[in-house]
Amino acid sequence: MEGRRQKNLVLILAREFASKLATATFVSDADGYLVFYNEPAEAILGQTFAQAGGMHAEEWAGQFQVEELDGSPLPLDKMPGGIALLERRPAHHTFRITGLDGVKREISVTAFPLLTRTDEFVGMVSIFWQAQQDGAS
Amino acid sequence: MQATIWGCRGSLAAPGPDTVRYGGNTSCVELRLADGTLLVLDAGTGILPLGLTLADYSGPINLLLTHLHLDHIEGLGFFMPIWSAEREVHVWGPRSPLESLETRIARYLSPPLFPIHLHDLPAELTFHDVPEEPWEIAGVRIAAGPVVHPGPTVGFRIEENGASFAYVPDHEPELGGDLAQLSPDWISGLGVASGVDLLFHDSQYFEAEYETRAGWGHSSVAAAVKFAGRAGVRRLVLFHHDPLHTDSELAELEARARELWNGEGTVPELAFEGMTIEVAGGVAVGD
Repeated sequence: MEGRRQKNLVLILAREFASKLATATFVSDADGYLVFYNEPAEAILGQTFAQAGGMHAEEWAGQFQVEELDGSPLPLDKMPGGIALLERRPAHHTFRITGLDGVKREISVTAFPLLTRTDEFVGMVSIFWQAQQDGAS
Repeated sequence: MQATIWGCRGSLAAPGPDTVRYGGNTSCVELRLADGTLLVLDAGTGILPLGLTLADYSGPINLLLTHLHLDHIEGLGFFMPIWSAEREVHVWGPRSPLESLETRIARYLSPPLFPIHLHDLPAELTFHDVPEEPWEIAGVRIAAGPVVHPGPTVGFRIEENGASFAYVPDHEPELGGDLAQLSPDWISGLGVASGVDLLFHDSQYFEAEYETRAGWGHSSVAAAVKFAGRAGVRRLVLFHHDPLHTDSELAELEARARELWNGEGTVPELAFEGMTIEVAGGVAVGD
Protein backbone atom coordinates (compact mmCIF):
# COMPACT_ATOMS: atom_id res chain seq x y z
CA MET A 1 0.00 0.00 0.00
CA GLU A 2 1.78 3.09 -1.26
CA GLY A 3 0.83 6.69 -1.96
CA ARG A 4 1.05 7.73 -5.58
CA ARG A 5 4.02 9.79 -6.83
CA GLN A 6 2.84 13.37 -7.33
CA LYS A 7 4.46 16.03 -9.51
CA ASN A 8 6.04 18.87 -7.61
CA LEU A 9 3.35 21.26 -6.43
CA VAL A 10 5.06 24.29 -7.95
CA LEU A 11 5.15 22.53 -11.31
CA ILE A 12 1.44 21.71 -11.01
CA LEU A 13 0.66 25.35 -10.31
CA ALA A 14 3.07 26.62 -12.98
CA ARG A 15 1.36 24.53 -15.62
CA GLU A 16 -2.09 25.68 -14.59
CA PHE A 17 -0.84 29.29 -14.39
CA ALA A 18 0.55 29.01 -17.93
CA SER A 19 -2.73 27.61 -19.18
CA LYS A 20 -4.49 30.78 -18.03
CA LEU A 21 -2.07 33.25 -19.65
CA ALA A 22 -2.47 35.09 -22.94
CA THR A 23 1.32 35.27 -23.16
CA ALA A 24 3.11 32.37 -24.79
CA THR A 25 4.53 30.22 -21.99
CA PHE A 26 6.58 27.02 -21.97
CA VAL A 27 7.17 24.92 -18.86
CA SER A 28 9.75 22.19 -18.32
CA ASP A 29 10.60 20.06 -15.30
CA ALA A 30 14.00 19.94 -13.56
CA ASP A 31 15.37 17.51 -16.15
CA GLY A 32 14.42 19.83 -18.99
CA TYR A 33 11.50 17.64 -20.00
CA LEU A 34 8.79 19.76 -21.61
CA VAL A 35 5.65 19.35 -19.55
CA PHE A 36 3.46 22.01 -21.14
CA TYR A 37 3.14 24.95 -23.47
CA ASN A 38 -0.01 27.01 -23.73
CA GLU A 39 -2.23 28.03 -26.63
CA PRO A 40 -0.45 31.34 -27.36
CA ALA A 41 2.79 29.35 -27.53
CA GLU A 42 1.20 26.89 -29.92
CA ALA A 43 0.65 29.75 -32.38
CA ILE A 44 4.37 30.59 -32.31
CA LEU A 45 5.77 27.08 -32.11
CA GLY A 46 3.54 25.97 -34.96
CA GLN A 47 1.97 22.91 -33.34
CA THR A 48 -0.42 22.18 -30.52
CA PHE A 49 1.05 20.78 -27.33
CA ALA A 50 -1.22 17.78 -27.71
CA GLN A 51 0.42 17.07 -31.06
CA ALA A 52 3.97 17.82 -29.97
CA GLY A 53 3.76 16.03 -26.63
CA GLY A 54 6.41 16.01 -23.94
CA MET A 55 10.05 15.94 -24.98
CA HIS A 56 13.53 16.37 -23.51
CA ALA A 57 15.51 19.63 -23.65
CA GLU A 58 17.86 18.53 -26.42
CA GLU A 59 14.86 17.45 -28.42
CA TRP A 60 12.93 20.71 -28.09
CA ALA A 61 16.08 22.74 -28.69
CA GLY A 62 16.61 20.75 -31.91
CA GLN A 63 12.99 20.59 -33.04
CA PHE A 64 12.63 24.35 -33.32
CA GLN A 65 15.89 24.96 -35.22
CA VAL A 66 17.01 27.75 -32.95
CA GLU A 67 19.43 30.28 -34.42
CA GLU A 68 20.83 33.72 -33.72
CA LEU A 69 19.47 36.61 -35.77
CA ASP A 70 22.60 36.46 -37.93
CA GLY A 71 21.83 32.84 -38.77
CA SER A 72 24.50 31.21 -36.60
CA PRO A 73 23.32 28.28 -34.48
CA LEU A 74 22.24 28.96 -30.90
CA PRO A 75 23.12 26.02 -28.65
CA LEU A 76 20.89 24.97 -25.75
CA ASP A 77 23.29 26.31 -23.13
CA LYS A 78 23.05 29.81 -24.66
CA MET A 79 19.26 29.81 -24.95
CA PRO A 80 17.35 31.49 -22.10
CA GLY A 81 15.57 28.22 -21.31
CA GLY A 82 18.87 26.37 -21.32
CA ILE A 83 20.48 28.93 -19.03
CA ALA A 84 17.54 28.73 -16.62
CA LEU A 85 17.86 24.94 -16.64
CA LEU A 86 21.61 24.56 -16.50
CA GLU A 87 22.69 27.62 -14.53
CA ARG A 88 19.46 28.11 -12.59
CA ARG A 89 19.28 31.83 -13.22
CA PRO A 90 16.95 34.04 -15.26
CA ALA A 91 17.96 34.96 -18.79
CA HIS A 92 16.63 36.90 -21.77
CA HIS A 93 17.49 36.81 -25.46
CA THR A 94 16.03 37.54 -28.90
CA PHE A 95 16.63 34.91 -31.57
CA ARG A 96 14.94 33.04 -34.40
CA ILE A 97 13.17 29.69 -34.46
CA THR A 98 11.53 27.62 -37.14
CA GLY A 99 8.16 26.46 -35.91
CA LEU A 100 6.91 22.94 -36.46
CA ASP A 101 4.75 24.47 -39.20
CA GLY A 102 7.95 25.42 -41.05
CA VAL A 103 7.61 29.17 -40.43
CA LYS A 104 10.63 31.15 -39.20
CA ARG A 105 9.83 33.55 -36.39
CA GLU A 106 11.92 36.04 -34.46
CA ILE A 107 11.08 35.74 -30.79
CA SER A 108 12.14 37.38 -27.53
CA VAL A 109 12.33 34.92 -24.65
CA THR A 110 12.61 35.43 -20.91
CA ALA A 111 13.19 32.29 -18.88
CA PHE A 112 13.46 31.79 -15.14
CA PRO A 113 14.15 28.81 -12.90
CA LEU A 114 11.57 27.44 -10.47
CA LEU A 115 13.30 27.09 -7.12
CA THR A 116 11.20 25.95 -4.18
CA ARG A 117 14.20 26.22 -1.86
CA THR A 118 17.61 27.65 -2.61
CA ASP A 119 18.83 24.11 -3.24
CA GLU A 120 15.66 22.64 -4.75
CA PHE A 121 15.23 23.20 -8.46
CA VAL A 122 11.99 21.85 -9.87
CA GLY A 123 11.77 23.28 -13.38
CA MET A 124 11.84 26.27 -15.69
CA VAL A 125 9.35 28.67 -17.23
CA SER A 126 9.95 30.52 -20.50
CA ILE A 127 7.67 33.29 -21.64
CA PHE A 128 8.06 34.62 -25.13
CA TRP A 129 6.86 37.16 -27.63
CA GLN A 130 6.99 37.07 -31.37
CA ALA A 131 9.09 39.98 -32.63
CA GLN A 132 8.87 39.21 -36.33
CA GLN A 133 7.70 36.55 -38.78
CA ASP A 134 9.96 35.82 -41.73
CA GLY A 135 7.63 33.56 -43.72
CA ALA A 136 7.89 29.91 -44.66
CA SER A 137 11.38 28.51 -45.03
CA MET B 1 -5.67 2.74 14.40
CA GLN B 2 -8.50 4.89 15.64
CA ALA B 3 -9.25 8.49 14.67
CA THR B 4 -11.28 10.76 16.93
CA ILE B 5 -12.31 14.26 15.91
CA TRP B 6 -11.92 17.03 18.50
CA GLY B 7 -12.41 19.90 16.08
CA CYS B 8 -13.44 20.07 12.42
CA ARG B 9 -14.46 23.70 11.98
CA GLY B 10 -12.42 25.73 9.52
CA SER B 11 -10.94 29.22 9.67
CA LEU B 12 -12.43 30.35 12.99
CA ALA B 13 -13.93 28.65 16.02
CA ALA B 14 -17.70 28.93 15.86
CA PRO B 15 -19.39 27.97 19.13
CA GLY B 16 -23.10 28.59 19.60
CA PRO B 17 -26.57 27.11 19.31
CA ASP B 18 -26.32 26.79 15.52
CA THR B 19 -23.16 24.65 15.56
CA VAL B 20 -23.99 22.04 18.18
CA ARG B 21 -24.34 19.03 15.92
CA TYR B 22 -21.00 19.30 14.10
CA GLY B 23 -19.15 21.42 16.65
CA GLY B 24 -17.40 24.75 16.66
CA ASN B 25 -13.80 23.85 17.51
CA THR B 26 -11.12 24.24 14.87
CA SER B 27 -9.07 21.38 13.47
CA CYS B 28 -7.74 18.69 15.78
CA VAL B 29 -7.78 14.92 15.37
CA GLU B 30 -6.55 12.32 17.84
CA LEU B 31 -5.06 9.27 16.22
CA ARG B 32 -4.43 6.24 18.42
CA LEU B 33 -2.14 3.61 17.01
CA ALA B 34 -2.62 -0.08 17.72
CA ASP B 35 -0.17 0.02 20.65
CA GLY B 36 -1.86 3.09 22.15
CA THR B 37 0.71 5.59 20.86
CA LEU B 38 -0.84 9.01 20.40
CA LEU B 39 -0.54 11.16 17.29
CA VAL B 40 -2.28 14.53 17.23
CA LEU B 41 -3.16 16.11 13.90
CA ASP B 42 -3.27 19.91 14.09
CA ALA B 43 -3.61 22.14 17.09
CA GLY B 44 -6.83 24.06 16.55
CA THR B 45 -9.07 24.84 19.52
CA GLY B 46 -10.13 21.18 19.63
CA ILE B 47 -6.76 20.35 21.15
CA LEU B 48 -7.80 21.92 24.45
CA PRO B 49 -10.42 19.30 25.37
CA LEU B 50 -8.15 16.57 23.97
CA GLY B 51 -5.32 17.70 26.26
CA LEU B 52 -7.59 17.42 29.28
CA THR B 53 -7.99 13.68 28.65
CA LEU B 54 -4.24 12.99 28.60
CA ALA B 55 -3.39 13.21 32.30
CA ASP B 56 -2.65 9.48 32.38
CA TYR B 57 -0.79 9.35 29.08
CA SER B 58 2.92 9.42 29.73
CA GLY B 59 4.41 8.54 26.33
CA PRO B 60 5.90 11.03 23.89
CA ILE B 61 3.32 13.05 22.00
CA ASN B 62 3.76 13.65 18.30
CA LEU B 63 1.86 16.65 16.99
CA LEU B 64 1.62 16.81 13.21
CA LEU B 65 0.76 20.24 11.83
CA THR B 66 -0.50 20.51 8.26
CA HIS B 67 0.36 24.22 8.18
CA LEU B 68 0.59 27.22 10.42
CA HIS B 69 -2.59 29.15 9.73
CA LEU B 70 -4.02 30.31 13.02
CA ASP B 71 -6.98 27.91 13.07
CA HIS B 72 -4.50 25.02 13.07
CA ILE B 73 -2.19 26.25 15.83
CA GLU B 74 -4.31 28.52 18.02
CA GLY B 75 -4.94 25.78 20.58
CA LEU B 76 -1.29 24.89 21.09
CA GLY B 77 -0.78 27.24 24.02
CA PHE B 78 -3.74 25.60 25.77
CA PHE B 79 -2.66 21.99 25.27
CA MET B 80 -2.08 20.84 28.83
CA PRO B 81 0.86 18.49 28.13
CA ILE B 82 3.08 21.40 27.03
CA TRP B 83 2.74 22.85 30.54
CA SER B 84 4.36 19.84 32.17
CA ALA B 85 8.14 19.50 32.41
CA GLU B 86 7.69 15.73 32.39
CA ARG B 87 6.24 15.68 28.89
CA GLU B 88 8.06 15.09 25.63
CA VAL B 89 6.30 16.70 22.68
CA HIS B 90 7.49 16.47 19.09
CA VAL B 91 6.02 19.02 16.72
CA TRP B 92 6.17 18.23 13.00
CA GLY B 93 5.27 20.75 10.33
CA PRO B 94 5.91 21.82 6.73
CA ARG B 95 9.30 23.26 5.96
CA SER B 96 9.62 26.85 4.82
CA PRO B 97 12.28 28.16 2.43
CA LEU B 98 13.14 30.91 4.90
CA GLU B 99 12.58 30.17 8.58
CA SER B 100 12.57 27.19 10.90
CA LEU B 101 9.33 25.68 12.12
CA GLU B 102 10.12 26.78 15.67
CA THR B 103 10.71 30.40 14.64
CA ARG B 104 7.48 30.53 12.71
CA ILE B 105 5.41 29.02 15.53
CA ALA B 106 7.07 31.41 17.98
CA ARG B 107 5.61 34.32 16.06
CA TYR B 108 2.28 33.31 17.54
CA LEU B 109 3.45 31.79 20.83
CA SER B 110 5.19 34.90 22.09
CA PRO B 111 4.20 38.42 23.19
CA PRO B 112 2.26 40.41 22.16
CA LEU B 113 0.03 37.67 20.72
CA PHE B 114 0.57 35.23 23.62
CA PRO B 115 1.76 36.07 27.15
CA ILE B 116 4.44 33.36 27.38
CA HIS B 117 7.30 32.86 24.97
CA LEU B 118 7.56 29.48 23.27
CA HIS B 119 11.00 28.78 24.76
CA ASP B 120 9.65 29.31 28.27
CA LEU B 121 7.16 26.45 28.01
CA PRO B 122 8.09 23.71 30.47
CA ALA B 123 7.60 20.63 28.28
CA GLU B 124 10.47 19.17 26.34
CA LEU B 125 9.53 20.46 22.89
CA THR B 126 11.31 19.36 19.73
CA PHE B 127 10.51 20.79 16.32
CA HIS B 128 10.92 18.84 13.11
CA ASP B 129 10.47 19.84 9.48
CA VAL B 130 8.53 17.00 7.90
CA PRO B 131 10.89 14.85 5.80
CA GLU B 132 10.37 14.68 2.06
CA GLU B 133 10.35 10.90 2.19
CA PRO B 134 8.09 8.78 4.43
CA TRP B 135 9.33 8.22 7.97
CA GLU B 136 8.26 6.24 11.00
CA ILE B 137 6.86 7.09 14.38
CA ALA B 138 6.40 4.17 16.76
CA GLY B 139 6.92 1.82 13.84
CA VAL B 140 4.12 3.37 11.81
CA ARG B 141 4.78 4.77 8.37
CA ILE B 142 3.94 8.45 7.88
CA ALA B 143 4.17 10.48 4.69
CA ALA B 144 3.70 14.22 4.26
CA GLY B 145 2.89 15.57 0.82
CA PRO B 146 2.65 19.21 -0.25
CA VAL B 147 -0.86 20.32 -1.23
CA VAL B 148 -2.36 23.42 -2.81
CA HIS B 149 -3.16 25.90 -0.06
CA PRO B 150 -1.64 29.35 0.59
CA GLY B 151 1.80 29.01 2.23
CA PRO B 152 3.71 25.80 3.00
CA THR B 153 1.04 23.14 3.60
CA VAL B 154 1.06 19.36 3.65
CA GLY B 155 -1.41 16.54 3.93
CA PHE B 156 -0.53 13.43 5.93
CA ARG B 157 -0.85 9.76 5.15
CA ILE B 158 -0.53 7.25 7.97
CA GLU B 159 -0.34 3.51 7.39
CA GLU B 160 -0.51 0.82 10.02
CA ASN B 161 -1.12 -2.92 9.74
CA GLY B 162 -2.45 -2.66 6.22
CA ALA B 163 -4.80 0.23 7.00
CA SER B 164 -4.34 3.73 5.64
CA PHE B 165 -5.64 7.14 6.67
CA ALA B 166 -5.10 10.49 4.95
CA TYR B 167 -5.67 13.87 6.55
CA VAL B 168 -5.94 16.83 4.15
CA PRO B 169 -8.04 19.42 5.96
CA ASP B 170 -7.07 22.49 3.92
CA HIS B 171 -6.79 21.91 0.21
CA GLU B 172 -7.83 23.48 -3.09
CA PRO B 173 -6.86 20.90 -5.72
CA GLU B 174 -9.01 22.55 -8.40
CA LEU B 175 -6.47 25.36 -8.58
CA GLY B 176 -4.17 22.88 -10.29
CA GLY B 177 -6.65 22.20 -13.09
CA ASP B 178 -9.81 20.28 -13.89
CA LEU B 179 -9.83 17.27 -11.57
CA ALA B 180 -11.80 15.23 -14.04
CA GLN B 181 -9.24 15.74 -16.80
CA LEU B 182 -5.85 15.75 -15.06
CA SER B 183 -3.74 12.64 -15.04
CA PRO B 184 -3.33 11.38 -11.47
CA ASP B 185 0.27 12.49 -10.99
CA TRP B 186 -0.78 16.09 -11.78
CA ILE B 187 -3.45 16.20 -9.06
CA SER B 188 -2.38 17.92 -5.85
CA GLY B 189 -2.87 15.70 -2.84
CA LEU B 190 -3.12 12.38 -4.62
CA GLY B 191 0.38 11.63 -3.41
CA VAL B 192 -0.97 11.13 0.10
CA ALA B 193 -4.63 10.27 -0.50
CA SER B 194 -4.40 7.65 -3.21
CA GLY B 195 -6.36 4.52 -2.31
CA VAL B 196 -6.66 5.19 1.42
CA ASP B 197 -9.23 3.47 3.58
CA LEU B 198 -10.23 6.77 5.17
CA LEU B 199 -9.80 10.38 4.04
CA PHE B 200 -10.59 13.53 5.99
CA HIS B 201 -10.76 16.29 3.36
CA ASP B 202 -11.59 19.96 3.09
CA SER B 203 -15.10 20.73 1.80
CA GLN B 204 -15.62 24.22 3.13
CA TYR B 205 -17.97 25.59 0.49
CA PHE B 206 -21.08 24.91 -1.46
CA GLU B 207 -20.36 25.12 -5.18
CA ALA B 208 -21.98 28.56 -5.52
CA GLU B 209 -19.91 29.91 -2.62
CA TYR B 210 -16.70 28.65 -4.19
CA GLU B 211 -17.32 30.83 -7.24
CA THR B 212 -16.43 33.92 -5.21
CA ARG B 213 -13.77 32.26 -3.04
CA ALA B 214 -11.49 30.56 -5.57
CA GLY B 215 -7.88 30.94 -4.52
CA TRP B 216 -8.66 31.10 -0.81
CA GLY B 217 -7.24 27.60 -0.37
CA HIS B 218 -10.37 25.49 0.16
CA SER B 219 -12.56 23.05 -1.70
CA SER B 220 -16.16 23.08 -2.74
CA VAL B 221 -18.13 19.99 -1.79
CA ALA B 222 -18.10 19.01 -5.46
CA ALA B 223 -14.31 19.25 -5.65
CA ALA B 224 -13.93 17.21 -2.47
CA VAL B 225 -16.11 14.43 -3.82
CA LYS B 226 -14.40 14.53 -7.20
CA PHE B 227 -10.96 14.47 -5.56
CA ALA B 228 -11.90 11.48 -3.41
CA GLY B 229 -13.22 9.71 -6.48
CA ARG B 230 -9.99 10.28 -8.41
CA ALA B 231 -7.99 9.15 -5.38
CA GLY B 232 -10.07 5.99 -5.07
CA VAL B 233 -10.63 6.39 -1.32
CA ARG B 234 -12.89 3.94 0.48
CA ARG B 235 -14.47 6.38 2.89
CA LEU B 236 -14.63 10.18 2.64
CA VAL B 237 -15.27 12.38 5.66
CA LEU B 238 -15.86 16.03 4.82
CA PHE B 239 -13.87 18.34 7.05
CA HIS B 240 -13.09 22.03 7.73
CA HIS B 241 -16.62 23.37 7.94
CA ASP B 242 -17.13 27.03 7.19
CA PRO B 243 -17.61 29.04 10.42
CA LEU B 244 -20.69 30.67 8.93
CA HIS B 245 -22.40 27.38 8.13
CA THR B 246 -25.08 26.33 10.60
CA ASP B 247 -25.92 22.74 11.42
CA SER B 248 -28.82 22.76 9.00
CA GLU B 249 -26.69 24.19 6.20
CA LEU B 250 -24.07 21.55 6.85
CA ALA B 251 -26.72 18.85 6.63
CA GLU B 252 -27.54 20.26 3.19
CA LEU B 253 -23.87 20.13 2.27
CA GLU B 254 -23.72 16.48 3.25
CA ALA B 255 -26.81 15.76 1.18
CA ARG B 256 -25.17 17.48 -1.79
CA ALA B 257 -22.04 15.36 -1.33
CA ARG B 258 -24.12 12.19 -1.41
CA GLU B 259 -25.91 13.39 -4.52
CA LEU B 260 -22.54 13.85 -6.23
CA TRP B 261 -21.03 10.58 -5.02
CA ASN B 262 -20.56 7.89 -7.66
CA GLY B 263 -21.82 5.12 -5.46
CA GLU B 264 -18.52 3.34 -4.90
CA GLY B 265 -17.41 2.71 -1.32
CA THR B 266 -19.07 4.31 1.67
CA VAL B 267 -21.22 7.41 1.10
CA PRO B 268 -19.52 10.69 2.08
CA GLU B 269 -20.32 12.03 5.52
CA LEU B 270 -19.63 15.16 7.49
CA ALA B 271 -17.09 15.25 10.29
CA PHE B 272 -18.43 16.12 13.71
CA GLU B 273 -16.83 16.57 17.09
CA GLY B 274 -16.73 13.26 18.91
CA MET B 275 -16.78 11.21 15.72
CA THR B 276 -14.60 8.12 16.17
CA ILE B 277 -13.56 5.85 13.35
CA GLU B 278 -11.63 2.61 13.60
CA VAL B 279 -9.49 2.27 10.51
CA ALA B 280 -8.68 -1.25 9.42
CA GLY B 281 -7.27 -2.52 6.13
CA GLY B 282 -9.98 -2.35 3.49
CA VAL B 283 -12.56 -1.00 5.85
CA ALA B 284 -13.20 1.97 8.15
CA VAL B 285 -15.99 1.63 10.65
CA GLY B 286 -17.33 3.97 13.25
CA ASP B 287 -20.10 6.28 14.38
